[in-house]
Amino acid sequence: MKFRGKIIDIACLNHFTRVVTTISKLTKMCVLRLTPDNLFFVLSGKVANGGVSMWCELSQANFFDEYQMEGVSSEDNEICLEVTPENLSRALKTVQNAKAVKVKLTKKHCPCLTIAAELPTLSSVSRVVTHDVPVDVIPRRLWHEFKEPSMPDFDVSIYLPPLKTMKNIVDRMKNLSNFLVIEANLNGEMNLKIETDLVSVTTHFRDLGNPPWGDDASQDGGPSQSRDPESMVEARVDIRRLQQFLVGQQVNPSKAMCNIVHQSVLHLILLHEDMSLQYFIPAVA
Amino acid sequence: MHCIVTGGNVKVLAKAVHSLSRIGDELYVEPQEDGLALRSVNSSRSAYACFLFAPLFFSRYSITSGDNFRCKMAIKLDLISLLLRLLVDTVVHFPPSLDEVTVSVSDERMWVRNHVEEEAEASKAMLTELCLASDEFDHFAAQAHNSVTFCLKELRGLLVFAESTGLPVSMYLDEPGSPVVLSVTDSVLEGNFVLATLSDDPSLRKNSSKGAHTAAPPPPDDFMNDDMDSYLIAMDTSIAPGPSNTGPPPPSLSGDTRSKRPAAVSHKARILIEEAEEEETDDLDRLPNKKFRSLFFGSVLPPSSQLSTQPMTSQEVLASDSEEEN
Repeated sequence: MKFRGKIIDIACLNHFTRVVTTISKLTKMCVLRLTPDNLFFVLSGKVANGGVSMWCELSQANFFDEYQMEGVSSEDNEICLEVTPENLSRALKTVQNAKAVKVKLTKKHCPCLTIAAELPTLSSVSRVVTHDVPVDVIPRRLWHEFKEPSMPDFDVSIYLPPLKTMKNIVDRMKNLSNFLVIEANLNGEMNLKIETDLVSVTTHFRDLGNPPWGDDASQDGGPSQSRDPESMVEARVDIRRLQQFLVGQQVNPSKAMCNIVHQSVLHLILLHEDMSLQYFIPAVA
Repeated sequence: MHCIVTGGNVKVLAKAVHSLSRIGDELYVEPQEDGLALRSVNSSRSAYACFLFAPLFFSRYSITSGDNFRCKMAIKLDLISLLLRLLVDTVVHFPPSLDEVTVSVSDERMWVRNHVEEEAEASKAMLTELCLASDEFDHFAAQAHNSVTFCLKELRGLLVFAESTGLPVSMYLDEPGSPVVLSVTDSVLEGNFVLATLSDDPSLRKNSSKGAHTAAPPPPDDFMNDDMDSYLIAMDTSIAPGPSNTGPPPPSLSGDTRSKRPAAVSHKARILIEEAEEEETDDLDRLPNKKFRSLFFGSVLPPSSQLSTQPMTSQEVLASDSEEEN
């Protein structure tokens, strides 16, 4: 197993750092899958993290100037590592002005992702800083747990309001209730609702627009086709999970949308130029 | 004693007091002929700091003669005068919570890395290492290859002060166990931070002829070596990974690097040092409770008499710190 990547472009380094930092805000530990073309940060839904799962896909060519890997074997040309993204984020944040940053899979006292950066100095010799981030290699027999999630058979798909706005609202709602209902329809309308014994608060969004998935997305030629555009579907979720998702966003995505499977799951999707992030929050009763 | 500080010096004085407060809870104020000395020591006696403000610092400085404490500083073999910016830039790579850092020097370079105990946490701790070339410093003179480990947190107090005043910082280090001293100086003040370092633990040495107790500075240009073969991971991934070799990497120091132990006192005087009792309390993870040389203060000499070669005479020994830390 070998992995070696090099980032030279400052903007790419900055962007990569922000992606990793976003991931670090979503979860303490996750799996990093390395393939010849992509990097994936994966969190599989487990009871321990409230059933939340995440799939973040990056195209390596958009970040790395050099990228070489050799997977476990030629049939399984992939590397799967369990990593604490906060360590990676911390390491990357300190080297934002580097001339070059290398990320390598190494074996120090344990398997590590080593981030090695050459920093500019006034002297003739570069300053070199290395961070060894310990990782765990995930054996092949567990790889099936970290496959790309399939697109759920959603009832409504809708673009999200500006994330910052959503975050401000969710922050305030969190003070009142632990659960939030997100409902939306095919008319571009979305409501965020909380309800307690004393008070209920609803925030209405209009004219958000619905992504044109068309017939490809829905299996049987579409529940979305026959659905009444005014009729709302909803998912009631733990508000902290939604807040965690919103808090972590560092970059404004090109597109932000969510799919709702009625009373089942909230599927959030962020699309950037060179990165996509999917976040699944299960609905609670 | 009656001293008046005015103008921008008030801020300097405040910052000095602030940085001393990062060391210990009590401030010792001692008026002396050659200035006002402000000192602090931490409760475990592993860090000491002193600022001496010359009479010129004050708009008025009048003292009555009082008790004189005396202190002598440890021998320093190495002198590294750091650009402040360099030091600040170095420290930024390490997390704010980091306790201990190991500084290693060779002829041409300095390495700074976080120190991790070789226990359960070692296999999962993130290791950071920064390599600085000698020509990044104003002045760099290392006569021996040395590695010392001390508490980074206590250093940050000095950095905050030095950053606000823009003064260069000098670092003096010796072998493991001897204190490392960091100083800031200008015409009206002198500040010294004295930090204890981990001593050589014979059980940690891989080879009795080598002086450093941790891995010696790695060969230079390691970063430039792109040979992937040296980083191959040979693991059978069909079984769950187990912990790999978690022992500390063996020192790879080349050449004879036995540190010198001068028999005679040099131009700097010496602090009375006693071995701290080895405390077996596991919940105390801090530097002073390891096998360690703590600083004991017999007496405190004004820094200006550092050049004296007088041997120590009778000292007033403060009580040893064997109290538990919580």
